[in-house]
Amino acid sequence: MKNTLSQLTRSHLFWPCVTLVLLCLANVYFNPGFFDIELKDGHLYGSVIDILNRAAPLMLIAMGMTLVIATRGIDISVGATVAIAGAVVAALIGGSLVIKDGVQTYVSNVPMPLAIVAALAVALLCGLWNGLLVAGAGMQPIVATLILMVAGRGVAQLITEGQIVTVYYEPFFFIGNGFIFGIPVSLYIVAVVLAVLLLLTKRTALGLFIESVGINPVASRFSGISARALVFWVYAFCAVTAGIAALIITSNVKSADANNAGLLLELDAILAVALGGTSLAGGRFYLIGTLIGALIIQTLTYAIYSLGVPPEINMVVKAIVVFGVCLIQSPALRDLLMKHAFRTGGTA
Amino acid sequence: MNLAGTINTRTLPLLVTSVLFALLFGFGSVSYDNFFSVQVFLNLLIDNAFVAVVAIGMTFVILTGGIDLSVGSIVALTTMVTAALVEQHHWSIWVVVPLVLAIGSLFGLLMGSLIHYFRMQPFIVTLGGMFLARGLCYVISIDSIAITDPTYAAISEYRISFGEEAFLSVSAIISLLMLALAIFLAQYTRFGRTVYAIGGNERSALLMGLPVGRTKILVYTLSGFCSALGGVLVTFYMLSGYGLHALGLEMDAIAAAVIGGTLLTGGVGYVAGSLVGVMILGVIQSLIAFDGSLSSWWTRIAIGVLLCAFCLMQRLLEQGGSNLGAIFSYWKKPADGSAPAR
Repeated sequence: MKNTLSQLTRSHLFWPCVTLVLLCLANVYFNPGFFDIELKDGHLYGSVIDILNRAAPLMLIAMGMTLVIATRGIDISVGATVAIAGAVVAALIGGSLVIKDGVQTYVSNVPMPLAIVAALAVALLCGLWNGLLVAGAGMQPIVATLILMVAGRGVAQLITEGQIVTVYYEPFFFIGNGFIFGIPVSLYIVAVVLAVLLLLTKRTALGLFIESVGINPVASRFSGISARALVFWVYAFCAVTAGIAALIITSNVKSADANNAGLLLELDAILAVALGGTSLAGGRFYLIGTLIGALIIQTLTYAIYSLGVPPEINMVVKAIVVFGVCLIQSPALRDLLMKHAFRTGGTA
Repeated sequence: MNLAGTINTRTLPLLVTSVLFALLFGFGSVSYDNFFSVQVFLNLLIDNAFVAVVAIGMTFVILTGGIDLSVGSIVALTTMVTAALVEQHHWSIWVVVPLVLAIGSLFGLLMGSLIHYFRMQPFIVTLGGMFLARGLCYVISIDSIAITDPTYAAISEYRISFGEEAFLSVSAIISLLMLALAIFLAQYTRFGRTVYAIGGNERSALLMGLPVGRTKILVYTLSGFCSALGGVLVTFYMLSGYGLHALGLEMDAIAAAVIGGTLLTGGVGYVAGSLVGVMILGVIQSLIAFDGSLSSWWTRIAIGVLLCAFCLMQRLLEQGGSNLGAIFSYWKKPADGSAPAR
């Protein structure tokens, strides 16, 4: 009994899950209908569905960020990438009202698939740039991605010409607001990306390679892993997840705002990774933990909204969570507590 | 001879920055009427006084190899606390300013302690501090609070004139005093030398018996103090407190430090360089303002490009440091290594 319990608490998913459950219970306390899910017009509605749907962009980016952090890196440019990719897709689709056969229809400037591919390609380009600076030029990841973070919003403003670009093309809204079999489309996207990642990292040696680069880049290079190429592509992938998130966000709010799209998203993503149990020093990474971390952040936001507290105060709570999680992860504190527990245990 | 001796991999970035500043200012003077004046130059100081003060604190943190993301938020919190106390509780400025400086320092002290005692990463701890300080702003008020106190208005409008058409604001003077103090701290005190030693190699610094922990905590305290002082300058400049003040200032401060020649790995850099970095950011803004046809977002792109160029230069210097050093020492010495011919 004690063994299984200690095994359970030792699992990397234990603490994130406990946090999430506690948050959900807090939500139920303040809002008894928290877990209610209704079926309306063939769509599922409810707080839980809402949280999942709204957490989708964060989950996507956090997954990309997990891999970057696993290689001892960090990508603080994802928010800017979201702004750029969002601006591209909104500018390309745009949409205008056309009366065709006496019926008002909206048409897009360029075919939607092309616009989506273009947005993802631009996001990939951002990632390749980051990868080039980190893996190619050997810059510190935080500095290398700081460059895009600073310049990225300027580039996005350039694309949108300083305006908020509104999209008027119905089919595009499906990505962020649509449902398939009653479940939001965005969740399918998250599921597909997660499945691909799990397949790549668990079924092939890729996951092991990423972890080994994070634990010891030099040793992994000596053992024949092309660490540079790996790091390069990890940044590229992270930016693509940001691009996909940008599609969902842009489609959801039906517009692209170069100033505010994805603002502080990079920090939320890093927080989600840390909450999920992945050490920010690189090495072991936990994709499922990251997803739970993203859900924790979104549930927390939801709880704060439902309490009727101004949403801005959310930041204070987030800060407390950051400090709490870091303290739990800190080996120094664990040693201190262990020593204390041992001492009291010895005297008893 | 002497010049070649002082140029090395440590001072080269600062030299490049200074030359670049001169070039940008020269370009502005040639391109736009009325650009070339003492006042335009002094306005750079006046408009960026708070950025300079914050960048000074940031430079110390970066010199130890750390980073402080909370500076912008602490600036905002300072303006908010000041505005609330002065406007809603009618406290005197002479009580409020020391109080907010103490709050900022305490904030830094706490973050430094977390970083040192619990061996947490500076990035994450100061990220938490960033959220906390911004959030606390909104706890005070979600809206902007205007400061109408006559003392604040007087300080805000007071100008110290030099000659006929040149003047500086109180904020600019404070930032210059802070710079002088920071240069003294960095170059002429035990604390400063320990900061450089930690950035160079923390373990060796520890083995040398230097007070690494205390210095690290003090560095974050200093950064918190500088941020709070920056916040005080913002209240003089904007005459308001707002939770959205100084959004993204941390990135400007880091960029200024990097452009000013501070190595982000720590151990190399000069406090004065950060002032030049801030001035470069300011001159870019002035150029874009003088041009009038370019949109303000070009500022962000220009800063990004500059940041990139300087980071690449730093990398080149790091890699080719020994070669470059050899070239310069070659200049210093006579070519054949024998006694000087002349």
